[in-house]
Amino acid sequence: MRSEPTPLEHKVFLDWIRPATSVLDLGCGDGELLSLLVREKKIKAQGIEIDEQAIYKCVARGLSVFHQDIDNGLSEYADKSFDYVILNQSFQQVKKPDIVLTEALRVSEKVIISFPNFAHYRARVQLCFKGRTPITSSLPYEWHDTPNLHFLSILDFVQYCKNRNITIEKSSFAGRNRSVKIFPNLFALTGAFLISKK
Amino acid sequence: MIAAHPSPKQIGKVTQDPERPFGNPERLPKSETRNSVGHVETRSYQFALPPNELTLEGGEKLGPITVAYETYGELNSDRSNAVLILHALTGDAHAAGFHKGEDKPGWWDDMIGPNKAFDTRKYFVVCSNILGGCMGTTGPSSVNPKTGKRYGLDFPIITISDMVQVQNYLLDHLGIDRLLSVAGGSMGGMQALDWLASYPDRLKSAIIIATAAKHSAQQIALNEVGRQAIMADPYWKEGNYYAGHLPAKGLAVARMVGHITYMSETSMGEKFGRRLKDNGKEHKFSIDFEVQDYLHSRGNNFVKRFDANSYLYITKAIDSFDVSRGKPLQHAFKGIKAKALVLAFKSDWLYPASQSLDIVRACKLSGIETTYCEIDSTYGHDAFLLEIEEESHLVKHFLQNLSSEPDSAGESEVMAYEI
Repeated sequence: MRSEPTPLEHKVFLDWIRPATSVLDLGCGDGELLSLLVREKKIKAQGIEIDEQAIYKCVARGLSVFHQDIDNGLSEYADKSFDYVILNQSFQQVKKPDIVLTEALRVSEKVIISFPNFAHYRARVQLCFKGRTPITSSLPYEWHDTPNLHFLSILDFVQYCKNRNITIEKSSFAGRNRSVKIFPNLFALTGAFLISKK
Repeated sequence: MIAAHPSPKQIGKVTQDPERPFGNPERLPKSETRNSVGHVETRSYQFALPPNELTLEGGEKLGPITVAYETYGELNSDRSNAVLILHALTGDAHAAGFHKGEDKPGWWDDMIGPNKAFDTRKYFVVCSNILGGCMGTTGPSSVNPKTGKRYGLDFPIITISDMVQVQNYLLDHLGIDRLLSVAGGSMGGMQALDWLASYPDRLKSAIIIATAAKHSAQQIALNEVGRQAIMADPYWKEGNYYAGHLPAKGLAVARMVGHITYMSETSMGEKFGRRLKDNGKEHKFSIDFEVQDYLHSRGNNFVKRFDANSYLYITKAIDSFDVSRGKPLQHAFKGIKAKALVLAFKSDWLYPASQSLDIVRACKLSGIETTYCEIDSTYGHDAFLLEIEEESHLVKHFLQNLSSEPDSAGESEVMAYEI
């Protein structure tokens, strides 16, 4: 399960992923992004998804997908098995993001990760002035009914990469309908990063 | 292992979840699932005539061999639409349609036919009885041409690979060079795994359902109870029973153990609970509960159609099966270009999902493009014969995707561009 990605988010994946590469999508949902990449970029696609009903939709789109937990789905893969591992709005939903990201960087050349920014100004206002758990278009869930397990900001992620010697090769920030160029941690609803580790 | 043919009453869910996409009649109209291939006949093919007997995995020679098989649909002009269906322990070549004068359809009729998962308007579907069986293909109850008597225990030990080898010869006979897919559940899934490992170039994909790459101690133990029941029957007589009484009690008990393992605690509870059976008592330990009555009737029906020696030979083949022959499983799958669809069922404790995940792990390690789904079901191992809607959806789209894409030579060309 994931929130509806904006077309802008899809665009980032289309821009960054080279044609005819191999892509593993962790938490691929109903396979919308993966099948777009297959169509537009002729990638070799593999998905992992925990939701059974989503698996049926993926198969209907002609995708290969594993009905599995992301947290346990990577250990079998040899190093650098894929050109890309992508985590589209699923990173904040895994139990152990640290292990998943380390594993993702091991099994692929590059990882593309996009997640909702918890420090968006609307979220800050709701928390700061209303004293309520924020609900924004990228974080649309009530506190008691959310698939999200971790709440991170764009700055949190940048700092995290610095601490772990992870190289941020590209980044892109999206607001509601457009990309955000200034103060992304304040104005971006989602952040997307292309990262790698030497 | 296969359960007896589910009656039409059993088919379909006990409870229908309205949130499931399959509740939607647009997706799989009920009328479509009733479509049938119509009247069919079992045919047979004989090969391995002396002196060209078949060499079995164990080194012994066997011949001549008769294979009983059925086909549904038409082979297309480039012979690229053939699907081989692989049956489980007690199945037969009669997978779909009706034999003349019979009102019971083939064992996987819900999956094979026009508009069904294995759509006979698109695919040429073949199903044959396994080597060692008793439904038309050579097995221990066949007559040994050297002695003029039935083989009994003179029949050589056979393996899953031997069954697959025989199917391979049948395909030669039918003029099929390359299969679009092989598909089977339980022991049929083991044959599908063996196909993948033994003849990877002869198939484009494998559909592997509710099975294991090798049996666990628990699975071997359960089969052993069945075999011991047969061999403890005084009428078994070291397998020499064909002229007289059959070891019916023993075989019935073996079948009862089987049926227990095919159901889940939930499905047994739903079907029988603790309901009592009103059966004018013969003695203190006559049947009290419906579940006992069910097991007895399944056991007694089974002996009418199945050979006890075949049960021994086939369960032994299942227990000794190890597709990678002691090596890590991924070694058996190295370099395979075929795609795989692996299915497991949540309440199946006989072939638990963990065993399907072992297969999936090996597929990942060897780079086989794989789809895996653990279907939510309460039917236990029987689910592979009963969860038709989910299975159909997955199989149908998996096959559709295969037949729409170019052959592997073409695929590599696509992958080569740009890099």
